[in-house]
Amino acid sequence: MQLNNHNTHNGPASHNSRLVYINNPQRTNEEYEFTGNKITTSKYTIFSFLPKNLFIQFHRVAYVYFLVIAALNQLPPLAVFGRTVSLFPLLFVLTVTAIKDGYEDWRRHRSDRNENNKESPVFQIGKFRPKRWKDIQVGEVVKVCADEAIPCDMVLLGTSDPSGVAYIQTMNLDGESNLKTRYARQETCFMPFDGDLISGVIRCEQPNRNIYEFTATMEMNAQKMSLSQSNIILRGCQVKNTEWVVGVVVYAGQETKAMLNSAVSPSKRSKLEQQMNKETIWLSVFLFVLCLVVAIGMCLWLIRHEQQIDTLPYYRKSYSIKGKFPGKPYKYYGIPMETFFAFLSSIIVFQIMIPISLYITMELVRLGQSYFMIEDKHMYDSSTNSRFQCRSLNINEDLGQIRYVFSDKTGTLTENKMEFRKASVFGKNYCNSSMVACATQDNAEITEPAKGKNPKSDVIVDPGLMGLLHKEIDGDERIAAHEFFLTLAACNTVIPINNQTNSIETELHQDLDYQGESPDEQALVAAARAYGYILFERTSGHIALDVNGKKLRLDVLGLHEFDSVRKRMSVVIRFPDNNVKVLVKGADTSILTILRKGHDNDNITLATHHHLTEYSSLGLRTLVLAAKDLTNEELEKWQLMYEDATTSLADRSLKLRETALFVESNLRLLGATGIEDKLQEGVPETIECLRQAGVKVWVLTGDKQETAISIALSCKLLTPDMHQIIINGTSESECKTLLPEAKTEILTVDGSVALIIDGNSLVYILERDLESELFELATSCSVVLCCRVAPLQKAGIVDLIKSRTDDMTLAIGDGANDVSMIQMADVGVGICGQEGRQAVMASDFAMGQFRFLRRLLLVHGHWNYQRMGYLVLYNFYRNAVFVFMLFWYILCAAFSTTSALTDWSSVFYSVIYTSLPTIIVGILDKDLSHKTLLKYPKLYEAGHRHESYNSFLFWIMMADTIWQSLVLFCVPRFVYKESTIDIWSMGSLWTVAVVILVNIHLAMDVQRWVVYTHASIWGSVALTFACVVVLDSIPVFPNYGTIYELAKQPTYWLSILLIIVAALLPRFITKSLHRMFWASDIQIAREAEILRKKRLFYGPWKWR
Amino acid sequence: MNNQAVTNGIGSSRSTRRISKKPQYSRFTQQELPAWKPILTPGWVIASILAIAFLFIPIGLFSLFASKRVVEIVYRYDQDCLPEMYRGNATAYIKNSDANKTCIENITVPKRMDPPIYVYYQLDYFYQNHRRYVKSRGDKQLRSVGYEFLTKECEPEARVNKSKISSPIVPCGLIAWSLFNDTYNLTLREKVLNINKKGIAWKSDTEDKFGSQVYPKNFQLGQDMIGGGKLNEKIPLSEQEDLIVWMRTAALPTFRKLYGKINTSLEAHDIITVALQNNYNTYSFGGQKKLVLSTTGWIDGKNDFLGIAYLMVGGICLFMALNFILLYVFKPRPLGDPSYLSWNRKAAN
Repeated sequence: MQLNNHNTHNGPASHNSRLVYINNPQRTNEEYEFTGNKITTSKYTIFSFLPKNLFIQFHRVAYVYFLVIAALNQLPPLAVFGRTVSLFPLLFVLTVTAIKDGYEDWRRHRSDRNENNKESPVFQIGKFRPKRWKDIQVGEVVKVCADEAIPCDMVLLGTSDPSGVAYIQTMNLDGESNLKTRYARQETCFMPFDGDLISGVIRCEQPNRNIYEFTATMEMNAQKMSLSQSNIILRGCQVKNTEWVVGVVVYAGQETKAMLNSAVSPSKRSKLEQQMNKETIWLSVFLFVLCLVVAIGMCLWLIRHEQQIDTLPYYRKSYSIKGKFPGKPYKYYGIPMETFFAFLSSIIVFQIMIPISLYITMELVRLGQSYFMIEDKHMYDSSTNSRFQCRSLNINEDLGQIRYVFSDKTGTLTENKMEFRKASVFGKNYCNSSMVACATQDNAEITEPAKGKNPKSDVIVDPGLMGLLHKEIDGDERIAAHEFFLTLAACNTVIPINNQTNSIETELHQDLDYQGESPDEQALVAAARAYGYILFERTSGHIALDVNGKKLRLDVLGLHEFDSVRKRMSVVIRFPDNNVKVLVKGADTSILTILRKGHDNDNITLATHHHLTEYSSLGLRTLVLAAKDLTNEELEKWQLMYEDATTSLADRSLKLRETALFVESNLRLLGATGIEDKLQEGVPETIECLRQAGVKVWVLTGDKQETAISIALSCKLLTPDMHQIIINGTSESECKTLLPEAKTEILTVDGSVALIIDGNSLVYILERDLESELFELATSCSVVLCCRVAPLQKAGIVDLIKSRTDDMTLAIGDGANDVSMIQMADVGVGICGQEGRQAVMASDFAMGQFRFLRRLLLVHGHWNYQRMGYLVLYNFYRNAVFVFMLFWYILCAAFSTTSALTDWSSVFYSVIYTSLPTIIVGILDKDLSHKTLLKYPKLYEAGHRHESYNSFLFWIMMADTIWQSLVLFCVPRFVYKESTIDIWSMGSLWTVAVVILVNIHLAMDVQRWVVYTHASIWGSVALTFACVVVLDSIPVFPNYGTIYELAKQPTYWLSILLIIVAALLPRFITKSLHRMFWASDIQIAREAEILRKKRLFYGPWKWR
Repeated sequence: MNNQAVTNGIGSSRSTRRISKKPQYSRFTQQELPAWKPILTPGWVIASILAIAFLFIPIGLFSLFASKRVVEIVYRYDQDCLPEMYRGNATAYIKNSDANKTCIENITVPKRMDPPIYVYYQLDYFYQNHRRYVKSRGDKQLRSVGYEFLTKECEPEARVNKSKISSPIVPCGLIAWSLFNDTYNLTLREKVLNINKKGIAWKSDTEDKFGSQVYPKNFQLGQDMIGGGKLNEKIPLSEQEDLIVWMRTAALPTFRKLYGKINTSLEAHDIITVALQNNYNTYSFGGQKKLVLSTTGWIDGKNDFLGIAYLMVGGICLFMALNFILLYVFKPRPLGDPSYLSWNRKAAN
């Protein structure tokens, strides 16, 4: 079931295995020093912080750009800004980021310190003495008591339980809240741990990330035994229900599986950002052209004035004769060099054309957006107590453009809470049609409070089947029924946990709780209990059942676990009367082929098969049960094989599989079960809503075709009027013919078509060049359902769409088998469900329920996309309008890269004067309320049409920018034509005008004015005035006193007003006309929403 | 489910509930803060455009009126004051310190001018905003004697070698060095028109920016290149108002600077005789020099642009408002009508 990432570690040969001498850390670490148990999750130390943090920060292109610009400015001929001023932007971002990193690292240091200084009793000089975790070494023997955390990965040697069982909670590791059993080997669990020397060698594999696998052997007292995953307890887990455990450390510190698994998921780039990068290239072209114009202008100007530049009072090429360097040129390097320098220095002046600060702004905005997504109470799942989680901070806006949703079925569409519904025993169908609770039975174990606590035991009992069980044991049917329930109770890995520890009366198993890794098994065991086959004890050697009041102790000789190749599991059990039986349960295809042949059997097989198809058509998950008696010879042969397989280090799983295949043959069919996998709340509505929003939902499941179709029908993904095309190819050639046939079939059908395809066909299609055919076929169908697909195939299908279209894909799943799909898709969503946390760890967003997807995409996705699209455009505009304004001025300053603005104002413009409003608007602005968005799912299509950000908008915006910058430049230019205005007054006018202009431009587009929006927009304007006043109050600056004189003149204020109105008028008129005649859906919906509210207040509304 | 982990624990003896992670409700976190949600209804559009029109047209008329009331005399003299013999070689004339630079011209007052009448000089094609020029000044040095040696920014006019010792120029830099030095003497009906040169600089400049203890030093000693006027070494910088005005470098290549004020009124058709010293070299780069006499209003100088621009913007707004009204009357779209949503329109077709 779990994805195995590290198969290479499965069979460690002796050369790359690790030798651990038990209770002998010196010898263990002699040859090769194993990592100690000290953990460091922090990145920096006090000394390495500055260099390392700077190094990491300069990995970002943005910062390098800042650095290059700052460095250029330090060259004497290019010094456009003062030294400190030019370093300000770089220092500002570096400091902010460094403070953030430093704070995070300090917190990590603190938690590391706490963790490292915890103490655990370690066996030292004949006694367990406390030792700090950071000092624990590989090879030492450590004791952990109940409810304590486990300090490192250890092989169990003994536990407080005489049978060597320990229960652990693996919540921190995989998120599963149920208890897992771990065993100490029988050979070691009776060893005394006081004073005596314990010795032995463990040979285990090298540290790896796979938390579901461990292979090792232990040699002790010349005895060799095998160790597996069930013998190891991992760091991060907690000991529960067990007084104490003792184990030997095999992996410590950074090498523990928990630490190796703490890697972060790969980062993704949002589509909007990729598109934005294209436009950034255009902006670089603009920048280049502007600089080129300045350079060429400079060159021509110099050529024209070549004779005069030495005497020009405002140029003065050389030092005076009486000066320091008589007659030498002063900062003059000849025309070609001057041209080149003009180019470089104009890059410095125009640097903000490339909106580097935009990347930082976007990160902050996404952070704010994530905050609101996390805090959304509608996306809180009370059943799992989980909030929405944003694990990736790069792709919020992608949520607004999703075209394809790839969904897992089990645990995503369904709850993965299994309920036993139907049974077919010996060819007879028993369906629990009558709703009789099992409380009427003799062993009425379910009392009302227990029922509430353990919903899994809520099994409805079929009276017919119950009656059969109460007959005397004779007849094939009766025996089959007995074995049927024996198999249900015994052939599993479920652990019964008795909550009433002090009650010795096993007669009434009132408070039994079943813990298991598979919910199917839990449901089956609970069903067996309802029918009177109560599993109440399990150790590694035996299980104890209570069969209708009689206690039955069964020795488990061997257990062949479920694997994905055999698709079944089996136990070999010795009964008290020395009979040995194999009990098997598994998928229908895997068992029906290995049944004993015979006339009698065939009838039952046929009937069972019939029932199976019926069950799966109802959407039930089916399992087939079978059994056989083992003869003595068979038993002996099996025992030999099993012994060999379990102790071998290399190829153990292969050998075990062979052993299993040996016993799992010639089986006697007992019956089949049907388990209902309940749909999650709100799934049909969500799917319908997504469909209306133009999102295609594809279901990729590992389940059988029939089950998949029935679930698809019940969640309204498939509707009965849909035409179904089914592709079940068993060979390449068959697939080759099936695909074109399907394509022609589509053309003949009117109405929507559903494509159902199975994993087998996908193997042939995805590996060959049939991919594009499938793509065409699948995209022309409205629903695609893939069944029996392997994890990697899921990723393959996602890739099929992703590589061929520009459409955004989203994958949603809950299990480890969905990890590859989640990582492949543009957006990966994990469901924090029952199947562990791997999907969540790999995902970009995680939530509790499938139905939150509707809100996530239609509401938050829409908002984020609208906000981010506008943010990017606005930031382009904001910087470009400033640059163009500087550019026009340079044209009337003899191309000499003069800026009328003071150095500080130029630098503050994008950092302080105008940055906060865009961030606030990017986080808080909202075009439509969530109610409207959910009411009209079609509004989501605005994202598909790229309505908020596209090249057309970019170019319109650039045209508008040039107009606005011309107004900005020309109004003062002509108002103060032939006047006494000085350069700093002009600069001051421009500073104030441009800041007010861009803020009002933003204000015109704000759709929802909250307090913070007002505060940030008007606050920024006020702050700019304040800064200008402060800068003009420092006497050493040449601009001293400017604003005081300027503010007295009415012309100054009239110019500002004229600039703002004239600059924004075309925009306002275009916007109004557009609203009137080509109103977008969003605008209409917005009007409807707001006016409806107003009408509620003011009564019927005429026109406003 | 919620506390399953606990019930699984040892004998449910402990009943610590897991802390609920349910988000705390607040209008802020649910993005439901009270908000003003403006919509661009035709009513709003028409109202706002009309408002602009009704604001701008009066302002425009008012400014235009104010500008028209300003009486301005502009007289270009750089060519007229060039003696006949130097017509071909103006640079030689202006550099010749022995040549007679005095020039007498008559100008006629077109309209009555009320005091105060401002006297400006105007230079054309003089890039006072050139980067090399703007940066070449020592602000600290201008302010206090202690920073006399801070001349790093002032190159190439930073220091002079006086008996082999490098000595700072006060005030240093190209701006000061190129100080304008034409002078004007006006006579009206044989009577000297007094030009008041006090108070022509900004108060902030004379009080704080230019030190009252700083005296000119080593200024304009260069014999090879004389940039402009000289300064009286006995007068502190804070009282050298011509310098202070000059040091406020102009924003545009054509600029005026205040020369002085006349406090008597001039009648229409008065003829003013200007005796000017044509010292300043604009000939070498083809610049122009003008003398300007101007009255003033609230709009400062004579400038029709502001008024015309306001009238134009106001006019366009009025025009657009009328168009919008017509459009609204003849082709209205009911606001917020769901039948206009794209998919509903498609379905209707």
